[in-house]
Amino acid sequence: MIKVNRNGEVWVFAEQHAGQMEDTPLELMGRARTLADTLKVPVGAVLLGHNIDGLAQKMIQFGADKVYLVEDAGLKDYQATSYAKVVCHLIEKFEPQIVLYGATVTGRDLAPRIASTMKAGLTADCTDLRIGEHKVTKTGELHENLLLQIRPAFGGNIIATIINYERWPQMATVREGVMVMPQPHTTRVGEVIHEKANLTPEDLPLEILEEFKTERKVNLKAANIIVAGGAGVGSRDNFKNIWNLANCLGGAVGATRAAIDLGYIDHDHQIGQTGTTVRPKLYIAAGISGAIQHQAGMDESQKIIAINTDPEAPIFCYAHYKIVGDLNMVIPMMVKAIREKI
Amino acid sequence: MPYNCVVLVKQVPDTKQISGKVMKDDGTVNRAALPAIFNPEDLNALELALQIKDKFGGTVTAVTMGLPTAAEVLRQSLFRGADDAVLITDRRCAASDTLATSYILSCAVKTLKYDIVLCGRQAIDGDTAQVGPQLAEKLGIPQISYVENLSDLKDNRLTVRRSIGNGHQIVRCKLPVLLTVLDTANEPRVNAAKHMMKHKKALTPIEIQQKARAELPDADEAAVAAKAQEITESLSKTHSVVKQWNLDDIKADLTWCGVSGSPTKVNRIQSVVLAAKEIRDVEPTEQGITDLIHELIQDNTIA
Repeated sequence: MIKVNRNGEVWVFAEQHAGQMEDTPLELMGRARTLADTLKVPVGAVLLGHNIDGLAQKMIQFGADKVYLVEDAGLKDYQATSYAKVVCHLIEKFEPQIVLYGATVTGRDLAPRIASTMKAGLTADCTDLRIGEHKVTKTGELHENLLLQIRPAFGGNIIATIINYERWPQMATVREGVMVMPQPHTTRVGEVIHEKANLTPEDLPLEILEEFKTERKVNLKAANIIVAGGAGVGSRDNFKNIWNLANCLGGAVGATRAAIDLGYIDHDHQIGQTGTTVRPKLYIAAGISGAIQHQAGMDESQKIIAINTDPEAPIFCYAHYKIVGDLNMVIPMMVKAIREKI
Repeated sequence: MPYNCVVLVKQVPDTKQISGKVMKDDGTVNRAALPAIFNPEDLNALELALQIKDKFGGTVTAVTMGLPTAAEVLRQSLFRGADDAVLITDRRCAASDTLATSYILSCAVKTLKYDIVLCGRQAIDGDTAQVGPQLAEKLGIPQISYVENLSDLKDNRLTVRRSIGNGHQIVRCKLPVLLTVLDTANEPRVNAAKHMMKHKKALTPIEIQQKARAELPDADEAAVAAKAQEITESLSKTHSVVKQWNLDDIKADLTWCGVSGSPTKVNRIQSVVLAAKEIRDVEPTEQGITDLIHELIQDNTIA
């Protein structure tokens, strides 16, 4: 735990694998910049790895004022124990007030381990981060300029704003795509601070015997048109309607967590709080009732068409076009109309 | 070589069952209106521990923190083949966030013998996936999260496959280690008749007390205590007394438990009220759909 340090910086954990920067930390740089500007403090990027000094400049271009660079052969592959030790050392030495992580496989493994060592708070899968105040009801004590960590909770029926005013740093993870990636500025300048890892063999308990990675098949973030299906699609077979419509529109296929849990489609396609956040020109939601976790992942789409048999489905509260009907009837009609027009 | 496994399990409200009726008028959730279930991925963690026991021998101990009613998930664990069960229940645990929870669990796990600690990846009531890694840190042992299967276990080292989202890693680690297990890891077994026979009356001391009182509604305290003692002795013969510990039993430092041990606080809770915005009705007919597609082409939404 570190003391409340009002001059502390806003940090982003710059997650890289094999010299390749992940998208999520770059997306976080935009919000980190806004938060830091509000607090009038610098933005720091924490970059760990081996032979990765080229990435420091990239973090500066994306908005970092300072890059804390720790290079060590032992940091070549990510391990929770070694990475947590190094990041904790940096936090204790430089006392940032906020540390943000991508809610990636690595971020969700690392951030809680750091929070535990630091005895600091951590909020998972935030959909929004702001600066605000908190009044303690019992004592009337007012805490200003806190990180408001906003996330849907409890099956999406509530939106909780979480704060941490005592045991800093304030930490949160954010899913891929939730924040909009800023434009890099090649002329930006910043400072690179080199720190040592000081690892011992005990810090590297895992032997990574093999690693297998597939290229991501689905690029939902880049799609202009997305056709997404939910539990209401009813079966993997019916999901073919979704694929057909996406194909004839040149769009990508998305799905809700419910549809994925039911085995209609695999999880690369998941949109929502625990999946990808998207902002396409056109979003067609079929058989999706529209819980807040799903809404969080798509409601910035320019146009939303919702197809549902239930006229009271929540999705109709934020769609632009409402089609009450059976998607197995409606989608073939859409496919036919598109083929005739284009 | 036998291994001792400790599995952390949690009783959770079935968040998939949330409907309008579950929301109170003030917009908060009425937890009591939801069915309480065994957190799904904790069943996968339990299954993995039971497979280790089946193959190599050793013990499986299920541990949960919760209200006295959480004993149900411990009974379910015993019915599937766990050897022992521990309920950590104490009013002072209330309002613990993930950090305080992992501290309390660590105090309990430290009193047990373990080679492998297993947890589900995450619980469906919070989806944070934080308690596993935090518990590993508190125990001072390595963690391997997102475990898909156990491929080898020998000479005090285990090898597992873990998911990395768009692929996997094969990772080897010396024991002791903490694993968080994915729902794709296995198909959890159902209750086994022989374990159910043996443990069907498994109770926690609180439940034994309630049972003794129910059997002797008009008796004095001493008689009820004697009855409870009798039930306890009878259940002990089949290892069917669920251990029940409070924070003093596990020597937890109260500073790090409950509200005072939880750095994260709630600033505010908003119920989700979807405000209808302007929406165009489209008839589900050939004409309605054709007009819609035409409009989307006209305004260049569809190229």
